[in-house]
Amino acid sequence: MTLNGWMQIAVYCLVVLALVKPLGLYMTHVFTGERTWLSPVLRPVERVLYRLCGIDEKHEQHWLAYTVAMLVFHVGGFLLLYAVLRLQHMLPFNPEAQGPMAEDLAFNTSASFVTNTNWQNYGGESTLSYLSQMLGLTHQNFLSAATGIVLAIALIRGFARRSARTVGSFWVDLTRCTLYVLLPLCIPLTLFYVWQGVPQTLAASLHATTLEGAQQTIAVGPVASQLAIKMLGTNGGGFFNANSAHPFENPTALSNFVQMVTIFALGAALTNVFGRMVGDQRQGWAILAAMGVMFLAGVAVTVWSEAAGSPVLNALGLQGGNMEGKELRFGIVGSALFAVITTAASCGAVNAMHDSFTALGGMIPMINMQLGEIIVGGVGAGLYGMLVFVVVTIFVAGLMVGRTPEYLGKKIEAREVKMAMLAILCLPLMMLGGTAVAVVLPSAVASIANPGPHGFSEILYAYTSAASNNGSAFGGLSGNTVYYNLTLAAGMLVGRFFVIIPAMAIAGSLAAKKTVPASTGTFPTHGALFVGLLVGVILIVGGLTFFPSLAVGPIVEHLAGAAGQTFSSGS
Amino acid sequence: MFAHLRPALVLLVALTAITGLAYPLAMTGLSAAVFPREAEGSIVRGPDGTPLGSSLIGQSFTSDRYFHGRPSATVAPDPSDASKTVAAPYNAANSGGSNLGPTNQALADRVKGDMAILKAENPGAAVPVDLVTTSASGLDPHISPQAALFQVPRVARSRGVPEERLGDLVAQATEGRVLGLFGEPRVNVLELNLKLDSLSTR
Repeated sequence: MTLNGWMQIAVYCLVVLALVKPLGLYMTHVFTGERTWLSPVLRPVERVLYRLCGIDEKHEQHWLAYTVAMLVFHVGGFLLLYAVLRLQHMLPFNPEAQGPMAEDLAFNTSASFVTNTNWQNYGGESTLSYLSQMLGLTHQNFLSAATGIVLAIALIRGFARRSARTVGSFWVDLTRCTLYVLLPLCIPLTLFYVWQGVPQTLAASLHATTLEGAQQTIAVGPVASQLAIKMLGTNGGGFFNANSAHPFENPTALSNFVQMVTIFALGAALTNVFGRMVGDQRQGWAILAAMGVMFLAGVAVTVWSEAAGSPVLNALGLQGGNMEGKELRFGIVGSALFAVITTAASCGAVNAMHDSFTALGGMIPMINMQLGEIIVGGVGAGLYGMLVFVVVTIFVAGLMVGRTPEYLGKKIEAREVKMAMLAILCLPLMMLGGTAVAVVLPSAVASIANPGPHGFSEILYAYTSAASNNGSAFGGLSGNTVYYNLTLAAGMLVGRFFVIIPAMAIAGSLAAKKTVPASTGTFPTHGALFVGLLVGVILIVGGLTFFPSLAVGPIVEHLAGAAGQTFSSGS
Repeated sequence: MFAHLRPALVLLVALTAITGLAYPLAMTGLSAAVFPREAEGSIVRGPDGTPLGSSLIGQSFTSDRYFHGRPSATVAPDPSDASKTVAAPYNAANSGGSNLGPTNQALADRVKGDMAILKAENPGAAVPVDLVTTSASGLDPHISPQAALFQVPRVARSRGVPEERLGDLVAQATEGRVLGLFGEPRVNVLELNLKLDSLSTR
């Protein structure tokens, strides 16, 4: 890898790190209800919303009421989105006269956006009206992101509070997150993207006559406003089919850099919010350090593998790495780095086609998702996923020394560990279970685009991406069939809510506990030893669970490719 | 139960109106005022005002008289059977990549075929990788400077222009990394070809 490549990666990490403290401080103020510099403008709006909804902002909820409120809100959001997609032909802002979305595809898309997955079985510019993009998708981008963040906040309160019955108010947290955190950041980001060349218009597609005299229809639309929240909220559902590879959705290397930074910005800052709210910022940095170690390892493998290129094509005399499915303006480093970031976080936006990555380059994104997207992770979801692993790590550490495990002064007992294991186990069930069933169904296997082990990887990637709520794909797989639409939607819903509910149960049970003062026997959780142990537990749990499936997919493909073997359809 | 439903329903409607309508519409108005050219899609117009394309969206060039972009894997619905698709390079109404995997024989065959054509065109030089690989969007507006220089002999022959002049043109059209750091050096094919046409008419 070149010096320039290392520099791009180093600058990226430094910018993300520089944002952690200021964003963390600001979000802490927002969620502890303190005044911020935006309060003079937003406080009146907030009050009006509470009055309209009959919300008493002083009234806090038990973890169960908090979770039920979130679920009820999601059912409403799901129905609204489904209705908009099904009725888009009768609604305004539809200059290209798009017809209604098919039932199974609308179900899949609704599940996809409500769960912050944003899997695209639809092609944005060829199926959706502008109203569906704005009222349907942009709005869900905000709300599913806000939901992830507020659930993480509720879990943090569980760690931070003592002998408390409540973990906060879902309605207040959601409103404040949307108004004070997401919207104010999206406005300057939208303008930045438009400046870089992203369209923001309600006009119909452009009809041009090319220099050679052919007709070219160029899809445009209100892209920038959706792009801003799509990255910031780690949603990842593109306005266009090609997502952030489309020159209108990512026009320059600079817009690419800002997109990568905003994927990690809020998720990384939440570790700082965690540290601040539990009263020791070092606890947040320790968690971010564990994330950082795994992130850099993934970046190194993917960038190296893509820069080395595919042995099959190199044998033909090509040099310059694997450029199939990559945009020239981003190059190898800008594409490979983006792929690792988007899967480490639960974003799922892509600026290159992961299906065309080298075998190992495409395996790292899969591993990132299989570990549960806890490397920074989706906004909020990454932190609560990571805290679930922290509970398990503390438990393992306690077993090693024969003491009752404790974290931040809270005793970790059977109930927390059981809930943590439930959350951890539901992901492999949906990922590996879904894959196992699909590969024995001839109709599901027929959707595969690439022959050989790569075809297995396509299916494994699909169920992995759905259950981890990522949304990126090995796009060759024809996922828009009734079978995939329904089973992937099931994977998304289980992968989202069956992690959330146990995590919230942990929040409730921790909040109710007393704090025990630290003694000389307390295992310090802000040092390198803890970081190492946490990374070890994550890799062992993930490695043991997923290694066999990776062995028959990307690993065997890598070995075959290195030996010069290729695969043909129909053989 | 109603205590749960009222905040859920009213807040859903209110936040939908704010984030799904007010925000995108306000941003549309603001963008049109601040960056009108970019907001409508960076349209390139001919002398008579007709749109020739967008400077950000690649277009298909096949004539020897023009520099060519990268191969494009975009498709369009088959006019004779709507359930099938046909190849339609640089279809800016349906972006997408080839999604061919690294060990797929079809990819190796395609690259081998394209390399043979390019080698015949310019036997002396190594084939640049971006000229035989499809982009992720199928709409990549750029090629590498090496890929532009590789095509200079063919365009020069076809137009009867000295190669040195075209080499200068490519050098002028080459953009460096953003801030000297991000991305890759590149040439915008549509803008290069527009320069080429103005060169010939002068």
